[in-house]
Amino acid sequence: MFSDALMLARIQFALTAIFHYLYPPLTIGLGWIMVYMSYQRLKTGEEVYDKMARFWTNIFAVTFAMGVTTGIVMEFEFGTNWSEYSRFVGDVFGSPLAAEALISFFLESTFLGILVFGWNRVSKKAHFFATLMVALGATLSALWIIVANSWQHTPAGFHIVETPMGPRAEIVSFWQMFFNPSTIGRYSHVIFSAMLNASFFVMSISAYYILKGKHEEFARRSLRIALVFGVIGAYFTLFAGHHQAIVVARHQPAKLAAFEGHFKTIESGTPYYLFGIPNEEEQKVDYGLTIPGFLSFLVHFDFNKPVTALDQFPPEDQPPVKLPFFTFHLMAGLGMFFIALTTLSLFLWWKGKLFNYRWLLWIFVFSLPLPYIANMAGWIAAEVGRQPWIVQDLLRTKDGVSPGVSASQVLGSTVMFTSIYSILFVLYVFILSRKINKGPETINH
Amino acid sequence: MLLNVIWFILMTVLLLVYAILEGFDLGVGILHLFTRKNEHRRILMNSIGPVWDGNEVWLITFGGALFAAFPTAYATVFSAFYTPFMMLLTTLIFRAASMEFRSKVASPAWQNIWDILFSLSSLVATLLLGVASGNALAGIAIDEKGIFQGNFFTFLNPLGVVTGLFAIFLFALQGSLYLQLKTEGELNYQMKKISKILSFSVLILFAVLTTVSFSSVAWARPRVITSVLGLVAIAMLGLTLWLSWKEKGGKAFLSNTGFITSIILIFASNMFPYLVRSSLNPSFSLDIYNSASSPKTLTIMLGIVLVVLPIVLVYTGYVYWVFRGPVKLDETSY
Ligand code: HDD
Ligand code: HEM
Ligand code: HEM
Repeated sequence: MFSDALMLARIQFALTAIFHYLYPPLTIGLGWIMVYMSYQRLKTGEEVYDKMARFWTNIFAVTFAMGVTTGIVMEFEFGTNWSEYSRFVGDVFGSPLAAEALISFFLESTFLGILVFGWNRVSKKAHFFATLMVALGATLSALWIIVANSWQHTPAGFHIVETPMGPRAEIVSFWQMFFNPSTIGRYSHVIFSAMLNASFFVMSISAYYILKGKHEEFARRSLRIALVFGVIGAYFTLFAGHHQAIVVARHQPAKLAAFEGHFKTIESGTPYYLFGIPNEEEQKVDYGLTIPGFLSFLVHFDFNKPVTALDQFPPEDQPPVKLPFFTFHLMAGLGMFFIALTTLSLFLWWKGKLFNYRWLLWIFVFSLPLPYIANMAGWIAAEVGRQPWIVQDLLRTKDGVSPGVSASQVLGSTVMFTSIYSILFVLYVFILSRKINKGPETINH
Repeated sequence: MLLNVIWFILMTVLLLVYAILEGFDLGVGILHLFTRKNEHRRILMNSIGPVWDGNEVWLITFGGALFAAFPTAYATVFSAFYTPFMMLLTTLIFRAASMEFRSKVASPAWQNIWDILFSLSSLVATLLLGVASGNALAGIAIDEKGIFQGNFFTFLNPLGVVTGLFAIFLFALQGSLYLQLKTEGELNYQMKKISKILSFSVLILFAVLTTVSFSSVAWARPRVITSVLGLVAIAMLGLTLWLSWKEKGGKAFLSNTGFITSIILIFASNMFPYLVRSSLNPSFSLDIYNSASSPKTLTIMLGIVLVVLPIVLVYTGYVYWVFRGPVKLDETSY
């Protein structure tokens, strides 16, 4: 395994993507929460909003820097590790990546300077504007990378052209490429899950302060603001995810079959597994707990219509089943939990009892890692479920890897990035906990 | 085919702005360890605090634009330069992390570690950028499929090494001139002295570099434009030297920017129309025609660039204007 350049390149991509995706969901979601706080700071001039804006901006800035350190590697990884892939898709895939840098990275990173260092240099209005631009930049940068990624899953708006260096995909219609079948669903799913992620982050820290009896005014208000974002995030993540599942069923049926451990085609309605352990040798799911016909219903709005199973695909085109199955179910299960928790809290807020139950606050505190896990699981399900294709039905992952790069080079860089990113992650957690323990009263570093 | 030329020019512009902006902030990093007091080091870091990330995005945009406009060159260059490139990325990671983390814990040992990492990674990043440009100029060992046939040590040829050293001194000079605008008192005085020494070193290294490149870049044809640019470069460098000795930091910063500009333009005019020169066989080289995207993609991207780039320049200018003048440390600083 450690002498196989392809396997190593896959591991490296997976690890760097996972490390990267630890940070963007928080920056994307928190950006908008800060926009609201900054707006209140501008409008009401109340001190508590000033504290909120400064405290969460501080957390945002550290997270942002981590997003930068991990993102910059990914930008070049296509060229270094996946050169054949880059050659094949560059004409189509390069534009969104370039647009991302030009339209979004400049916006967020330039205005971040004002956001972080500009408190005493610009007016409240200008500061609010900078907050808005940073949030917008982060949200737009997700758009372009999602367009590029979605095109890999559901390619559209291109044709294949022969060149002296081999075949490649060229753009026929920019808008068809941009709005390929999975862009809208994936983008909304990712944005709302980022919002959910950030709101749980804010709620967790605020609940902790309330339980400790510290910074109460600050914490109660932050928690309530975040809860509004959280409810919206939780429900819309579900809607977008459901929509996305239908797109997967239509365009990547093998992936959906892997998500559901659906090995053999059944002529009538297909069940949905709530739990189970896929058994690839025997082509079935062990210990399954099912809702009969429910998968057919989800996909076709009809309990009796058959859903394509893995046996419809030649073995070399079948994705692995175990990992997509587990990660998909983990994500969806957590999604249900978030809906339940936020709905209950909203109800208690309406009753005026949101802060009455310590157990509820403790649940918030310990829920902190859950949206991160759901986010990670979602990507793993989507990406592993696409295998063995790097571009669905057009290019196999094994044909996308850089031919001139040796296994030892990839191993070296993988070990290096993994160790650096692990250390940075530990430091990130350490710095954040210090900031959180110091609290919003001392906003300084 | 005009489109391909326009894209070559655009890539040159991206590289140029990157060299100018990241030039001084890498330079500040290189000089970091030459200051001793904690307060001075904080001033150095804060002088680039609000802008370094925006500066680095020019490199990311360069990468993205190369991917979009010349995908074959993107694929070839980054897989050929695999190891040095991974090293460059590592240094960029350390730079970002050290700026973000240094002031978060008030312990001298903690801060020392980040100071060293910050300065060292700025130095190595500059070295690697220099070595890479030298090699791009001399040509790299790619075969007819664009697959690299050399190894890491292939890059450490005389031209590569000299370009690397030259880049270090040039960026350090640019950093010291920038810092003259950003500091007061004792630190300002120190920077004036450093600029004098550095501008002289750059002059010497430039002479060495010119000599070495005449012997290493065998394929370069003498072009009128290159000679004209060469003269401009010499004039600009002379001016920088003179202004540094006169202790006119602001003006010297401008003339040194002019020098960097002419260097990048010389580089581009020597490369044109090639993006990757094969040192094995000239016919394996990638130029702006055989490595380009389709005209359609080039047109779409050109539209995006023409609309967005001016806006980027406007707000980048605004941010530099907000943070103009000497650094004042306050509770929001690093
Ligand atoms: C859904 C969101 C999302 C996703 C899937 C990705 N990114 Fe990301 N990226 C962001 C959202 C984001 C962000 C929110 O915009 C970041 C995080 C923090 C930050 O600095 O900006 C960012 C930073 C960031 C940076 C640094 C920008 C700077 O210096 O300001 C680069 C180069 C990349 N990313 C590149 C990538 C690549 C090549 C990806 C795919 C393989 C990728 N990102 C996935
Ligand atoms: C945009 C272009 C992308 C490309 C070219 C790409 C390509 C790849 C490749 C080649 C792998 C390895 C496949 C495997 O071994 O299963 C992979 C895995 C993965 N990617 Fe993507 N991907 C892209 C976007 C993303 C994005 C935006 C994310 C989110 C951050 C992401 C998250 C992942 C994850 C989590 C894995 C791990 C799957 C595994 O365990 O193998 N990918 N991707
Ligand atoms: C509530 C139920 C949910 C459903 C029905 C659902 C559905 C889906 C589906 C079908 C995919 C695969 C899309 C594809 O491969 O093309 C997916 C991917 C993903 N999910 Fe979910 N999801 C849910 C909850 C969540 C939650 C709570 C999070 C995170 C907080 C999340 C984060 C993600 C991410 C990051 C991806 C990868 C990006 C993508 O392909 O869209 N999901 N989800």
